[in-house]
Amino acid sequence: MLAAITLLLVFQLIGEAIAFVFKLPVPGPVIGMLLLCLTLIARGGLPGTFGGTLRDTANSLLSHLSLLFVPAGVGVMVHFGRIGDEWLPIAAALVGSTVLTIAATALTMRWLINRGRAKGRSGEAR
Amino acid sequence: MKPVDIWVYLSATPLLGLTMTLLVYQGAYWIYSRAGFNPLLNPVALSVAVLVSLLALTGTPYQTYFDGAQFVHFLLGPATVALAIPLYAQLDKLKRLLLPLLGSLLVGALVAIVSAVGIAWLLGASETTIISMAPKSVTTPIAMGIAEKIGGLASLTAVLVVSTGIIGAVAAKYVLDALNITDHSVRGFAVGVAAHGIGTARAFQVSEEAGAFSGLAMGLNGLATALMFPLLYWVFKLLV
Repeated sequence: MLAAITLLLVFQLIGEAIAFVFKLPVPGPVIGMLLLCLTLIARGGLPGTFGGTLRDTANSLLSHLSLLFVPAGVGVMVHFGRIGDEWLPIAAALVGSTVLTIAATALTMRWLINRGRAKGRSGEAR
Repeated sequence: MKPVDIWVYLSATPLLGLTMTLLVYQGAYWIYSRAGFNPLLNPVALSVAVLVSLLALTGTPYQTYFDGAQFVHFLLGPATVALAIPLYAQLDKLKRLLLPLLGSLLVGALVAIVSAVGIAWLLGASETTIISMAPKSVTTPIAMGIAEKIGGLASLTAVLVVSTGIIGAVAAKYVLDALNITDHSVRGFAVGVAAHGIGTARAFQVSEEAGAFSGLAMGLNGLATALMFPLLYWVFKLLV
């Protein structure tokens, strides 16, 4: 558990350092995630007991992922004035844009998957 | 000694904000699970509502609360790194779907930014609000970083990001059912692009596969939005 958390923090730290040194617009944790994933690919997975511990730690952290957004969400109380003044554009933009994004992403992905399958099939026929 | 004195004493330490966050969230999660994980009873929305009410009733400033709650907030970083593990578990499927994933990521990331800015602008939102809203679909630390760079209010962005996550987690099931999308990798990916970590938390409750693809989408959209943003901002400035 301790070793697994340390590993996650080390990868985050490396990610932050890379983002800072190369002035990347990408945040450190995302770079850390990519590096850890590449490490897992290079090592061919999560061998041994440490692999199991790392998997368990990641699972327990991710199973409470939504908890981690609560402190930032409570910050809404600081912005009550602005949100009260502009509630209609804010609410419409958030709901409208979120629904559109879910629909556009899902439809594009389904279309591309089906197109790939259709191509694969016509390729086999020839 | 009056109860008020005890409250005043305790609220000066980080312990209270932290403990309150954990207690309220677990209460909200209990209600959510008792309701059969009904998306309408989103635990983040419930927790925020209860905590804001408590702080308002006791006259506690947000900063005092956050001094304690920041320990929970901090874990967003390692949790983002931890997404590498479910991601790795889906590696085979990911390789097969590389093109559909990248194509829909680009479309989704663009729609998220342009539609939010467009709707807010049409309905007359202020420039600060519009700028703060633009990166709303990516996870909190990324969105706050982007907003700060272009002159938005980072703390307002954080609130809009969390709101977007809640809306996405609540609405996804209905939107995806209406469009007849059944594949869990597609469902998860769409939620992750639109609603980052809160959508991902919801997706993990539906299935491991949906969760992994949602986590992947959340990471990739953070990347795509951070990279695309300077370009879009430049185009936007040319038009306005």
